[in-house]
Amino acid sequence: MSAPGPGDRVGLRHGAGGRAMRRLIEEVFLGLGDPVVDGVGLAAMDDGAAIRVGDQWVVMTTDSHVVHPRFFPGGDIGRLSISGCVNDLAMMGATEPLGLTCAVIIEEGFPREELERIRDSMKQACLESGANIVTGDTKVMGKGEVDGIVLNTAGFAVTRRVVTDAGLRAGDKLIVTGAIGDHGMAVMTRRHGLDIQGDLRSDVAPINRLVRAALDAGGDDVVAMKDPTRGGVASVLHEFAEKGKVGVLVQEQHLPVHPEVRAAGEMLGIDPLVVANEGKAVIGVRAASAEKVLAALRAHPLGREAAIIGAAIAERPGQVIVDTGFGRRLLAEIEGEPLPRIC
Amino acid sequence: MAAQEQLLAQLKFRDPEKARALAAALQREVDAIGRDEITVMHVCGSHEQSIARFGIRALLPRQLSLIMGPGCPVCVTDAPEIDEGVALAKQGCRVLTYGDMLKVPGTVKSLGDAQADGGKVDIVYGVEQVIEIANEHPLEEVVFFSSGFETTAVATAAAILRGLPKNLSILSSHKYVPPAMEIVAGMPGSKVEAFLAAGHAAIITGCDCFRPMARKYRMPIVVTGFEPLDVLAAILKTVEMIRRGEHDVANCYPRCVTGPGNLPAQKMLWQVFEPVGGQWRGIAVIPDGNLRLKAEFAAVDARRRFDIDLKGLWDYAPRQLADRCICGEIMAGFKSPKDCALFGKECLPESPVGACMVSSEGTCKIWHQYGGVPDLKEVG
Amino acid sequence: MCLGVPGKVLAIDGMNATVDFFGVKKELRLDVVDEPVSVGDYVLNHVGFAIRRIPHEEVGETLAMFDQILKDVAADDLMAADVLGEMAAGKEKA
Repeated sequence: MSAPGPGDRVGLRHGAGGRAMRRLIEEVFLGLGDPVVDGVGLAAMDDGAAIRVGDQWVVMTTDSHVVHPRFFPGGDIGRLSISGCVNDLAMMGATEPLGLTCAVIIEEGFPREELERIRDSMKQACLESGANIVTGDTKVMGKGEVDGIVLNTAGFAVTRRVVTDAGLRAGDKLIVTGAIGDHGMAVMTRRHGLDIQGDLRSDVAPINRLVRAALDAGGDDVVAMKDPTRGGVASVLHEFAEKGKVGVLVQEQHLPVHPEVRAAGEMLGIDPLVVANEGKAVIGVRAASAEKVLAALRAHPLGREAAIIGAAIAERPGQVIVDTGFGRRLLAEIEGEPLPRIC
Repeated sequence: MAAQEQLLAQLKFRDPEKARALAAALQREVDAIGRDEITVMHVCGSHEQSIARFGIRALLPRQLSLIMGPGCPVCVTDAPEIDEGVALAKQGCRVLTYGDMLKVPGTVKSLGDAQADGGKVDIVYGVEQVIEIANEHPLEEVVFFSSGFETTAVATAAAILRGLPKNLSILSSHKYVPPAMEIVAGMPGSKVEAFLAAGHAAIITGCDCFRPMARKYRMPIVVTGFEPLDVLAAILKTVEMIRRGEHDVANCYPRCVTGPGNLPAQKMLWQVFEPVGGQWRGIAVIPDGNLRLKAEFAAVDARRRFDIDLKGLWDYAPRQLADRCICGEIMAGFKSPKDCALFGKECLPESPVGACMVSSEGTCKIWHQYGGVPDLKEVG
Repeated sequence: MCLGVPGKVLAIDGMNATVDFFGVKKELRLDVVDEPVSVGDYVLNHVGFAIRRIPHEEVGETLAMFDQILKDVAADDLMAADVLGEMAAGKEKA
C-alpha cells in the first residue's frame, strides 16, 4: 500500500489551462455529464454547452474568476468576469447574451469601496457588450476562508448556428483577432512584483460584437472559434488540432505582438504564444472566406490588429508547428502558469 | 528612440537570409568531413531554448547531431537540495526562488507542491527583489533558494557582500559549469567531439579558462551567444575546427566575452563561494560542481542557520527512482530515452525523475511529447 | 543557462541604472559590471544585474566576424564561393 503522494492532491498547475488541467477534468468531472444528443455537452470540453430547442440552440457557459492583483493595468476582476462570460458564449456563435448571472463570494473584511469599483467595471463591460445581469447570489466567508473575492458568472444566449472547436479541415486559415499576450504579461509582471515598467496593459474586453462581425462576413465558412485565455494561443491551437484531427502550421512572423509584450517576454524567457489573453479570439475559417473575415475584423475597433497566422494541414494531426523564418519547431503546450526563468 | 535602435541591432542577428547562408556553408563543411555522424554538445539551457525557439535544428545537416549537455542549472539541481527548500518552507520560513525552480521535483515534493500545501513559497526575478521582500517581512525568516550557474551566483555574491537584512539567509544550490564539461568530455567512449560553451557564463569566467580542457580532451570549444546567427556561426566554426583538427578555444561572442572574463565579478564570486563536489541530477557527482558559501558567511547560510528537518518531509518512503535514471548517458550521447526503463512510465513530464524530463527542452521531454526528434522540413 | 538581454542605459543613480529593453524599463544593479557604465551604453542584464557593458563597435565586429568565418570556410572549399555570392545578392536585395 502506498501512502498519499503529491499526485493525490490538486496542484496549481491543474488550474493553469494546460494538459494537467485537461487531464484533471477528464479524470474527475467528465463522467458527471451524460451525452447531449444533437448539441454540445460536457464531454466536448468546449467554451460552453449548446442544447437544441426547436431550430435554435440555447448556449450556456459558466466561469469563476480569481485574479491577483484584482486591479491591474487595463482592467480588474469585474471587467474580467463579464468579458470572460460574454466571450465564452460568443465563441460558440452566440453573440447576443440574453442574460448573465453573477455569484460573488466575499471574504470578511473586504473593503466596500473595492466592491463598488468592481461593480462599476462589471456595469461598464455589460454596456459594451449589451449583456444584462438578471440574477445573482452573495455569500460572505470568514477571514482566511477565501482569498478576497471570487466572482462567478454564467450566461445564456440563443443561436441558429453553433461554432465548436472541432471544425477545422486541412487548408482552413487561422486568424487571431489582435495582438497576443497582453493580459497575461500585464498581470504577471504586477503579480510577481517584477518591477518592469512600460505600457503593459491587459486587453480584457467583451468581444461578442467583434465576433458577430466575423460571423456576418464569413457565414458558414467560420468553422472554429476559441478565446485564448489561460495557456494562450498555443493551447487553443492544440485544442483545434486535436479536436479537428488536423495539423496546424503557424507563421511566427505573422503573429501580432505588441513590442512591450515581446520585450517583457524576452526578458522573462516567456513566449507570448503561451500567455493569456482576455479580449481575443482565434478563428478558423475556410480559405475562400479568410480575407473577407479578416477585413471585417480589421474594420472593428477591437480587431484592427487582426492577422492570418497560419493554416490547418493534413500532416501531423494533433500537432502544432511553428515556422520561425529560420526553421520549424513543434509548439509545446505549457505545463502550469508561465513563470519567469533564469535559464 | 532607444527601443527602435535596439531592435535594428538585434534584427542583424536574426537575419534568416544570412542564417541560410551559414547553414549552406555548414552542410558543405560536414560533407567535406565525410562522416555519417558528428556530435557537438552545447551546455546551456538558453542555447537549447534559442535553438528550439528559432527552429535552428531544421537548418542543420542530417549528419550533425547537436545534443544538450548538462546545461541547465535548474534541471540538474538534485532532489535532496529541493528537499531542503521544501523542509524550510514546512518549518515556516518564507522561501523565495527563481520561477523555473518551482516544478523541479524533490524526493517527495517540489517547491510548487510546498506552495500548494500552504507553504510561503514565492518566485522572484532576482536577489534585489528578495531583499525588498525580506525588508517587508522583518518578523519572518526569509530564505532565498538561489540557483543558477556562475552568472547568477555573482548576483547573489554581490548582494551578500553589500550586506543582507538580518532575517534573510541563502540556500545556495548554485552550480559551476566548467567541471561538468570536463566530466562529460572525459566519459569513456563519449561521442562528443566539440563543445559550444555558454556565452553568458563565459562573460564571467572568460573563455581562456576552457583552453586547458580543449587541449587535454583534444576538442574545439566555441563560446557563443544566443541569437540565431550567433548559434549558427558558432556551429559552423566548430565543425570547421573539427575538420581542421584544431583543439582550441574560439570566441564567437566577442561583443560580450573576453579572454580573462569579468575580473571584478570573479573576485566577488570567489570571495563568497567555494567549489565543492556534489551530485548533479541524473548525471554524476561533479567534483567542484557546486558552489557553497564560505565559512565566513555562515551567518547568512541557511544550511548553518537552521536545523533543516528533512525526515519530517518523508511521510512515506522516498522512491529510489533516481538511481535508475540514465540522463547522464542520454546527455553524453550514448543512449536515447527509449533505452531508459523509467521513460514514459515512472518518469513523465508531470512527475519527472531526471534532468532531461524536467527541462522544457530536455531530450526526454521532447521525445515524450513528440515520439522522437521530429523532421518538419517537408510539412505543410 | 543564464537568460540575458541587452538594454540601453537611460539613467544612473549610484549603483542603480534605469535601462530600456526594447520599450520596457527595468532598474538594474551595477555592482558586478566589468567596466564603468555611462548613460547611452548598452549593458547585458541577468537577473537584475548588468553583467557586461557591450561596446557599440563590437556589435558590428561580431557581424564582421561571422562573414570572416564564412570566408575562412570558403577559402578551404571553392564550392562555398557561391555561398558568399548568395550572401552578397541577399545584401543587395535588402
